[in-house]
Amino acid sequence: MPDSIHADSPHKAMWETLNLDLSAHDALLEVLGKFYGDIYLSQQNRLRGAEYLDFVLSEVHGLRIKELQEAKAAGRKVVGSFCVFVPEEITLAADAVHVGLCAGAEAGTNLAEQLVPRNTCALIKSFIGFKMARLCPFIESSDLIVGETTCDGKKKAYEAFNEIAPTWVMEVPQTKTPAARALWRSEVKRYMAELERVTGRTITAEKLAQGIRTANAKRRALQRLTGLRAASPAPISGRDALLVNQISFYDDPVRFTTKINELCDELQARVEAGRGVTPPNTPRLLLSGCPMAVPNWKLPYVVESAGAVIVGEESCIGTRNSRDLVDESATTLEGMLDAIADRYMKIDCACFTPNDERLDNVADLAGKLKADGVIHYSLLFCQPYSHEALKMDKALTKAGIPMLSIETDYSMEDVEQLKTRVEAFVETLA
Amino acid sequence: MIVGLDIGSRSIELVGVENGEVILARRSPTTFDPVARCAGLLDGLRPAALVATGYGRALVQRLGLDCQTAAVTEIKAHARGAAHLFPGARSVLDIGGQDTKAMTLRQGRVVRFEMNDRCAAGTGKFLEYTAGVFQIPVEEFGAYALKGTDPPEISAMCTVFAETEATSLMARGARPESIALGLHAAIVKRTVNMLGRVGHEPPLVFTGGVANNPCVVSLLARALGGAVGSDILIPDEPDMTGALGAALCGLDQAARTYSTTPADQLRTAI
Repeated sequence: MPDSIHADSPHKAMWETLNLDLSAHDALLEVLGKFYGDIYLSQQNRLRGAEYLDFVLSEVHGLRIKELQEAKAAGRKVVGSFCVFVPEEITLAADAVHVGLCAGAEAGTNLAEQLVPRNTCALIKSFIGFKMARLCPFIESSDLIVGETTCDGKKKAYEAFNEIAPTWVMEVPQTKTPAARALWRSEVKRYMAELERVTGRTITAEKLAQGIRTANAKRRALQRLTGLRAASPAPISGRDALLVNQISFYDDPVRFTTKINELCDELQARVEAGRGVTPPNTPRLLLSGCPMAVPNWKLPYVVESAGAVIVGEESCIGTRNSRDLVDESATTLEGMLDAIADRYMKIDCACFTPNDERLDNVADLAGKLKADGVIHYSLLFCQPYSHEALKMDKALTKAGIPMLSIETDYSMEDVEQLKTRVEAFVETLA
Repeated sequence: MIVGLDIGSRSIELVGVENGEVILARRSPTTFDPVARCAGLLDGLRPAALVATGYGRALVQRLGLDCQTAAVTEIKAHARGAAHLFPGARSVLDIGGQDTKAMTLRQGRVVRFEMNDRCAAGTGKFLEYTAGVFQIPVEEFGAYALKGTDPPEISAMCTVFAETEATSLMARGARPESIALGLHAAIVKRTVNMLGRVGHEPPLVFTGGVANNPCVVSLLARALGGAVGSDILIPDEPDMTGALGAALCGLDQAARTYSTTPADQLRTAI
């Protein structure tokens, strides 16, 4: 890892200004660096393009935060969010920076449990813990924190979170009826008005069209990556591909798109040469379910250490975020808002009822990626995805696709049991 | 000879197989130094290949053996062992020292499986701990519980809370044998739930050390509505099934080429 991940970082003064708990933050970066070394840098024959991933990750709390401070100094605002429902194209149209907030590690859990019940999922406890323990420079840099009503856990957590970090909440509907779509359309417009208020800028049709193009270009690069992973042998490890998806929430979208397209060029050459990261007979698995935020690499590491390779992530930090594009044909502001609302209403999040299209989408994706099996991942206490795990099992069994259901959190206490279950699943596929 | 080594949380079993026949069986408690225990069990043996299973299966790399080694999960090992002993087996239940596994088989291969995670309630260790409350060796605990009648329902599955519950039932004058029966019934209830989740079908092979407990066997047969000997099949030495299965996996793999441990595959890529 570059030096900045270590305690004697050139970014110390900046972190101090952001009121981070410096010693706890140093400790966090140290653990993160070690974890990254074990899980990522130990891989052999990685892509040249992985240098970008290594660099972005090593500077995720360093140079990237510095860029945010520079943007702020130049009069731009920073918007932090926790969910793929917050429309990035509108943020970009307001010349603001759109970033995901820290939610992928056990941090400040004991503090978070003062604000939310103990049986709350690890992701929610994490973002609250990161704030309370003063460990997330993204949230400390945010001018607007946007929440959303995707599940009861988050909905109620934002009420508590608002006390310590003012949170502006978008109402995501629970069905896909015309009335629900109308509600969401009004929320999209309300978000635009809020951004105009916070940034003091007017969002024009021209600006919004550019925002749509930028966000779509990013999704197209991710779609291209997904497509290349259909090749056998798999040209990229699931861990690296997950990292690409994770970084898509942090890095500048234009730079990210360029770098991921370069990485895809390299992958394409590998695919054409018939080369892969694992032997051709390696069992191929699709991960499906809850998002894995940085640095939640626990399950992918267990899976790929068990002799399988992950060929796709059906999650918000995966295809759920990149599968659908916004229609670019609208010319008026209202037309673009319609197109944005329509695109987001296609998201097959488990917060919707019913959400049967997700079952078809997973079976379809497993087929396209030539997956031998699916590992369904639910965060402990995540009701929406835990429920769908049962439906998914039935649907995939019917489609002849083996599935393993895993329910876990960010702690390491169940790693040995996870290894046994994942290895046993891989054995049944071999 | 091909050796199967089942390195569990409570005990280690070794089975040696030659020409498809078991020629050797050894066992030892795991203790705090399983590597030394494994070395002791292997003393004097020169296996052609060794397949390890159980929680300690990765320890085999630290044994410094000059034969080829491999590792399989307990799930595969118990399935392989059970299907060898009872070729018509459709389901397997393994209750070992700290976990319970249920699986369904098709032509000897695992189709679905479930295992406990995070908590070892309802396993051999639970029985061992609660037997201690009655000051009875765990080997005799099942026979003791069978003398119970009209068992009280034990609602706590946490080992510590179950002990508290048993103690308070004793204080209220319940017969200790009946309380012991209630504790066994609690385990079986939990186990039957797990079997239900995998969709078990008879015949079911019951393996692992807990299959030696006559009370668990009897309650399980009653709960599943099957007869021991036809619907529920118990190996002569149920705790050796994992080691036997591992050795047999070694035979299967010997037919192919030996691979290194799965974890190494990704690293030797391209």
